[in-house]
Parts: sequence; C-alpha cells; structure tokens
Amino acid sequence: MTNPSENAVTVRNVYKNYGEVEALRDLSLDFPRGQLTSLLGPSGCGKTTLLKIIAGLIPATSGEVLVNGEVVKAPGPDRAFVFQDFALMPWASVIRNVAFGLELRGVPKSEREAIAEKYIAEVGLTGFEHSFPHELSGGMRQRVGLARALSVDAQVLLMDEPFSAVDEQTRRKFQEDLLGLVQNENKTFIFVTHSIEEAVYVSDQIAILLPRPSRVMEIIRPQGFRDKDVDHIRRDPEYLDIVDRIWASLRSYVE
Amino acid sequence: MTVFGIKLPNMSSLLLWGLLWEFIGQIELTFFLPPLSAIFATLLEIGGTKAFITALKETAHAFSIGTLSAIVIGVPVGILMGKSRLIDQLLLPWVNLFLSAPLTALVPVLMVLFGFGIKAIIITTALFAIWIIVLNSRAGVMQINRSLVEMAHSFGASPFDAFTKIYFWAALPEILGGVRIGFIRAVKGVIIGQLLISIVGFGSLFELYASNFLMKHFWAVLIVLFALAFVIAEFLAYLERRVDYYASRR
Ligand SMILES: Nc1ncnc2c1ncn2[C@@H]1O[C@H](COP(=O)(O)OP(=O)(O)O)[C@@H](O)[C@H]1O
Ligand SMILES: [Mg+2]
Repeated sequence: MTNPSENAVTVRNVYKNYGEVEALRDLSLDFPRGQLTSLLGPSGCGKTTLLKIIAGLIPATSGEVLVNGEVVKAPGPDRAFVFQDFALMPWASVIRNVAFGLELRGVPKSEREAIAEKYIAEVGLTGFEHSFPHELSGGMRQRVGLARALSVDAQVLLMDEPFSAVDEQTRRKFQEDLLGLVQNENKTFIFVTHSIEEAVYVSDQIAILLPRPSRVMEIIRPQGFRDKDVDHIRRDPEYLDIVDRIWASLRSYVE
Repeated sequence: MTVFGIKLPNMSSLLLWGLLWEFIGQIELTFFLPPLSAIFATLLEIGGTKAFITALKETAHAFSIGTLSAIVIGVPVGILMGKSRLIDQLLLPWVNLFLSAPLTALVPVLMVLFGFGIKAIIITTALFAIWIIVLNSRAGVMQINRSLVEMAHSFGASPFDAFTKIYFWAALPEILGGVRIGFIRAVKGVIIGQLLISIVGFGSLFELYASNFLMKHFWAVLIVLFALAFVIAEFLAYLERRVDYYASRR
C-alpha cells in the first residue's frame, strides 16, 4: 500500500506505446515527499516519456499516476516542469518568462512581477530582469526556467535533464544549488538524468531504468553522505561505491 | 553602389535614370514620355485637385479595409491550419489553388456579385492579399518549438491562451513576411480592381487621362502609386527586421 502522506507521487503499472514502439512496460514507482528522486537510464529508455506522463502532458496507454492521492489526467498547479531545452519565450523578457505561469493563472501583473523578482533573485539573476533570453548564456537561461517553475509554488518539480545543455562548471554549481533547494523548499523533485555521477550526487533515491521497454531495474537510496558538506560528497566512499555499482549494472546495456 | 572608390548612398542610381528620362523627355523623342520635371510639376498641380484627393481617399479606403480583412481572417485561419491537421487538409488545396490562380480573371465575376463599386474593389484587394498571409502564418506555426507549446500547456494555458500568447508570437516573423507580400499583392488588387471597374478612384482618373492622352497626368499618378507601394513595403520590412532577433531562435 502506498501512503499518500508519504509519497507525493505514485506511478502504478504504467504502460506507454508510441504506435509500434513500446516505451514503458508495467512501470511502478513511488516518489517520497520532500525528497529528490532521480530517473537514471540510457538515452531513449523512456525517462522523458515517464516525466511527461506524470506532468499530464501525454496520456499513459494504461496504468495510472497519482499526485497527492489524485489520479493525473492533465497538467495541474501541483506540478511544474523544467525543460531540457529551457522552453523560454524568446520574445519575452526574463521577468515575463518567469512570471508566465502566474500570468496564465490570472495573477495581477504587479503581484506576479513581485513574486517573479523574488525567484529571479533566488536563482541569482538579479539585474537581468529585463534582458531577453538570447542575451543570456545557456546556464542563465536554465536559471530562468527554474525560477519560472519555482514561482508557481508547485509541490512537485519535474526536471528533464535540466543541466544537460549547460557547460560542466555551470553544471556543478547547479547541482550544488539544487541540493540547497531540496533542503529549503520542501518540495518533491523528480529529476531526469543520464549521468550516473549527477544522479548519485543530488538524489535521495535513484531509480535505474532499463532500456526500452522500460521498467525500474533497481532503486538505490544513498544513506550516509546526504548530510555531509557538498564539498565532500564526491570523495565519500559510499558515493564512489554507488557510482561503481550503478555502472556495473548498466554497462551490460551499453555497447 | 561604388563609383571611383566613392560609396554612393542607396538608390543614387535612381538619379541617373531620372536624368536619362529627363533628357529623353526634353528631346521630345516620343509623346509617351514627357520630361520628368514636367511630370513633377503636373503632380504638384493635380495633387491638390478634388478629383485626385477623392481618388486617393477611395483607394486608401479600399486598400485599408481589404488588407485589414485579409489579415484579420488570414492570420487566424493560417494559425489554425498549422495547429490542426484536419483543418489543414480541408483548406490547404484551396489556399494553394487561389495563391497561384490568375485572380484578375475573377474580378468581372466579383463585379457581377458585388456591384460596380467600392465593395467589389475591397473584396478584390482582400482576395489578392489573403492567400499568402494564410500560407505564411501556417508555415510560422508549423516550425514552432514543440516544447514551448508543452511549456504553456504544463502551466495550465487554455487553448485561447496558447493561441494568443504562444502560437501568434512564435509565428510572428513569418506572419509579418506574409503580410508584407500580401500588401504588395493588395496594391495590385486595388489597382486592377479600379482599372476594371474604372468609375471609382484612380481607375476613373486613369481612364480620363489615358483617353485624353494626358501623359504627364498619367505618369504623375503612376509615380504616386509606385511611391506609396514602395513605402508600405519598406515599412513592413522594417517591422520584420524588428522581430528578427528571435526569428532564428524559437
Ligand atoms: N512522440 C513520439 N513518437 C514516437 N516515438 C517516441 C515519441 N517520443 C518518444 N518516442 C520513443 O520512445 C522512446 C523513449 O523516448 P524518451 O522518453 O524521449 O527517452 P529518454 O528521455 O529516456 O531519452 C524512444 O525510443 C523514442 O524514440
Ligand atoms: Mg529525454
């Protein structure tokens, strides 16, 4: 039995076919509230598909997704999505992009801009409120996407390889910031990545997906190093062990 | 243009052609080509006459209503075609047919249907402009970044929100391109309509000048029309450049 107060999101026996292509087969997974769960697996294994089903952007062929005990049928204010390619409106300023979710909810302009400014500051983009996306670097654009998702104050944040399009240094900084967010924001994070190190570094729980048709092969919950200082995680023996273990189980699927 | 290493301003070659025209006019090679200076003198002369101002007003009226309806109908229809496969399959053959059809041949039919007046001219104008506007709006929507649509959907956008806040803006560079070409075609439409119906606007003026061999008057009106069409096209090209910054990054 899943307890809705423990799990923010529950995926039950989800199948997804794209015509002939079987993307997900009988996938079940729980996402504990207030924690970060990574979906880790090789490219094309169905991670984005699963995330979009949870978001309500595409329907499952069968099975169901529960968010706070309620079956997902469409996108809702309880979930916010961070896109791999940022999905910013190039004709709109940073502040309008960040406030866009609130704009769609009919929040008055002054109010939503005040909220947007707060989250723009939180992601470290103060001073860029009136810049346009094409004036920003990839890393800064993803900060805009993140601020937009945070500003609607959804309980569940769905992040689809959010750092894959930014350079390595920026990526590391993002990962540290993400750990801070998980601690301070009291939200449930579902984080898609194909990087083993990244998954182990940021996650409370890692779900390893098999290549198509995708199921959960293994769930790993790092125990010891989560409370340690961010600078020490990458040298922690448990961190290194888990990275090795995941690689050992995935290597047979990689040619 | 560069002459002897000196860069001349844009369109300074027009000056050369103007001088040539003046010269041919002065030596009275043909009655068909009066000197350019005489044409401009005539232009100043008739520019203030009631007949000319009425013609200009009627043309502007038909042109603005015709193009406005072409935009108001064409842009949403094009966006809908880009969004929905069904609507696209229903309408695309017709749009392509009319885009390449010799619409001038339809004008007499329109005259029968809508009378020999301004109404038929407005409809002719709209008919000339609308198809390229539809087709360009459609193309603009079809190249839209899918994740922008998903983004709007995931933050709870209604279909109407998605239409006005995402699709329209994402397609704007193409829409403006279509409107610019549509306007150029509309100039043709409004003039062809007036020539065929020849009792309103510049049609009646042309009729009057041509049948009385008033070549200076004829050229003066023609120059005004050319200049107007050019200014409109340049203005729209300027608007298009203003959205250029995001045209390549959607
Ligand atoms: N709209 C679609 N139509 C057909 N096949 C799709 C579609 N979206 C994804 N797929 C297929 O489903 C599989 C999983 O895709 P995806 O969820 O994007 O994988 P991942 O995000 O793990 O790289 C891939 O093989 C992909 O080709
Ligand atoms: Mg993916």
